[in-house]
Amino acid sequence: MAAIETERQEPPRPAFYNDPVVRGLFYQFVVGALVIAFIFWIVQNAAVNLAAQNKTTGFDFLWKTAGFGISFSLFPFDRTSFYWEAFLVGLTNTLLVAVIGVILATLLGFTIGIARLSSNWIIARLATVYIETIRNIPLLLQLFFWYFAVLKAMPAVRDSLALPFDMFINQRGLYVPKPLPDEQFFWVYIALALALAASVMISRWAKRQLEATGQRFPVFIVSAAIIVGLTAVVWIVSGASMDFDPPVLNRFNFRGGIELPPEFVALAFGLVIYTAAFIAETVRGGILAVSHGQTEAAQSLGLKDGDRLRLVIVPQAMRVIIPPLTSQYLNLTKNSSLGAAIGYPELVNVFTGTTLNQTGRAIEVIALTMAVYLTFSLTTSAVMNWYNARVALVER
Amino acid sequence: MSETAYVRTEMVPSLPAPSRSSGFVAWLRKNLFASVGDTLLTLVGAAFLIWAIPPLYSFFIGNAVPPGGTVEQCRVESVGACWAYIAARVNFFIYGFYPISEYWRPNTVFALGALLLIPLLWPRIPFKRLNALLFFVVFPVVVYVLLNGGMFGLRPVPTEQWGGLLVTLIISLVGIICSIPLGILLALGRQSKLPIIKTLCVLFIELWRAVPLITVLFMASIMLPLFMPQGMTVDKLLRALVGVTLFSSAYMAEVIRGGLQAIGRGQYEAGASLGLNYWQRMGFIVLPQALKHVIPGIVNNFISLFKDTSLVSIVGIFDLLNTIQAATADINWAAPTQAVTGYVFAAAVYWVFCFSMSRYSLYMERRLNTGHKR
Repeated sequence: MAAIETERQEPPRPAFYNDPVVRGLFYQFVVGALVIAFIFWIVQNAAVNLAAQNKTTGFDFLWKTAGFGISFSLFPFDRTSFYWEAFLVGLTNTLLVAVIGVILATLLGFTIGIARLSSNWIIARLATVYIETIRNIPLLLQLFFWYFAVLKAMPAVRDSLALPFDMFINQRGLYVPKPLPDEQFFWVYIALALALAASVMISRWAKRQLEATGQRFPVFIVSAAIIVGLTAVVWIVSGASMDFDPPVLNRFNFRGGIELPPEFVALAFGLVIYTAAFIAETVRGGILAVSHGQTEAAQSLGLKDGDRLRLVIVPQAMRVIIPPLTSQYLNLTKNSSLGAAIGYPELVNVFTGTTLNQTGRAIEVIALTMAVYLTFSLTTSAVMNWYNARVALVER
Repeated sequence: MSETAYVRTEMVPSLPAPSRSSGFVAWLRKNLFASVGDTLLTLVGAAFLIWAIPPLYSFFIGNAVPPGGTVEQCRVESVGACWAYIAARVNFFIYGFYPISEYWRPNTVFALGALLLIPLLWPRIPFKRLNALLFFVVFPVVVYVLLNGGMFGLRPVPTEQWGGLLVTLIISLVGIICSIPLGILLALGRQSKLPIIKTLCVLFIELWRAVPLITVLFMASIMLPLFMPQGMTVDKLLRALVGVTLFSSAYMAEVIRGGLQAIGRGQYEAGASLGLNYWQRMGFIVLPQALKHVIPGIVNNFISLFKDTSLVSIVGIFDLLNTIQAATADINWAAPTQAVTGYVFAAAVYWVFCFSMSRYSLYMERRLNTGHKR
């Protein structure tokens, strides 16, 4: 039987309008052209509208006098300050409430997340009720509740409620003692920094030691001793002293201490309560994501309970917890913009509110505000990508 | 006998019978009093409940003024929640400033919505495709015609008069209906191999996800009129709808992208080898699987969208939260607990909607998971 002669043929080339590459270029050209035309159209409209309203554009307004006061700022600001200073006040106020919120929400969230997994029925149920209630109610409503229904309903200044540690709360806000470190305290800060650096080095050394020889070193106790001991010794030797200036009720108002306005207290409180519920769910999910086999494997290796948690469960759970945890931190920062609704002078309130109303530079003001949040978000995701690359499972 | 040390010579005394391993006492012992620390925690929890429940009970039920009560009852010292106030203003909370004579129109909308939604959510009822078409395409048109009026002899009611729960539901519904297709397109665009389309989608998604909704709403309400040709006004409610839709479609896109990434390459290749083109491949093979994977994520987005609609009150739209907030200034019902009662009522309404959505998503997740159950 004769072999059938086959000749290898070039596959038939499609017509150029069926070629995927050509089609891809065509589609992209169409979409790109449409987007550019759209942008051109809105820019033109905006220019016409602005001209019709006799408005100018540009960022020169930032160097003009703001002419309004801000009720709460970390650095001096008055009616003669510039708009860029108002911008900075808004930014620092946003960051202040975000940092305090993140710290407290993390503590509360981890506690509640672990409590929900507790084998104690009553504690687990309480945590569940907390999470399911808080998560399903809008944050803005919660802020209104804390601000208008709780803090505004506090007693007047004369009948302030006394809280522990010389703190007072009334209609005008929360009053806390003000720490007054003297000049010698500089040395205590240095000692604390040194002690922290030393304990980091010790823990690194101990880890190497453990991997090389199998010898355990009580890192935690030694570090704690160094931090507390060194700081205390320097404190005593340098003769530094820490006084507290407690708020004292005068005839009409408090004197001394730090006055935190009710808007700040309500916003920080609301953000912490709300975000903690989400962090708790993240933590619970992370712990449940470590399979039971890991626990059993650790037990069969003879690890003690504490070591099992510290060396096997927690590192694996943290890998699951940290990415959503960071996005919760970012959410908290973005949600702090709701402070505008209860009058806390954060970025949106000061800038997109007052500044925009006074200058009328809508596009510039909103662009600048969005740029700030965009920076927060991009920084966070950059850090997250770096972290993910570091902790990613190394598989064969 | 040799003295073999390891053999016992005397009987071991019998151990006591194991304590009960089932029943109420055993449950208590296991769940509440397993150890000293556990007992302490139980005591702390119980103390908290004893401290918290009686005041809450007397505030909400015991000392509360029931619906139908009077203002004077609500103004008594140390009175509880003023439910009479809610009962008196409930129409405002549901319909806003909608004309009272036209209440049948929103009521028809509510009834029609429930009639279409319930069979859609109930898995055993057939005709899902028709039902979805009716709910997602026909229903919004009916809602607009019915509520806005001006056609078929209906009296026109401008959107400024819409309010309360009605507006909250409308914004959520429009946000949900528009954000799914937009989100799918954006997610597909982000996965695309065409660089310009991919870049545009990434920029769009990341920009909206990075900024808080409140700035998006400010932008929509201040900048949208600037971007429109002169003389063209955009309805205030429509501006908010545009803002909410753009915002939630970016979040939807990210959820759907997660689903697309979970689909193996083999599925794409199998589709291509059948000779399907891009849209057929996506529509028949990839998306049905991808969307099924991310139903919980999509429902979570719906929940956040529903909660986020409360932000439109900041740009001056009378949604449920804003009607509640506005009603606290009602001096006819001025009472010490007026504001608290209003907020608690609003919280309860939001909670019922969000909680049922999350339960439904759990139920759906379990139902769809049957293939992988051990």
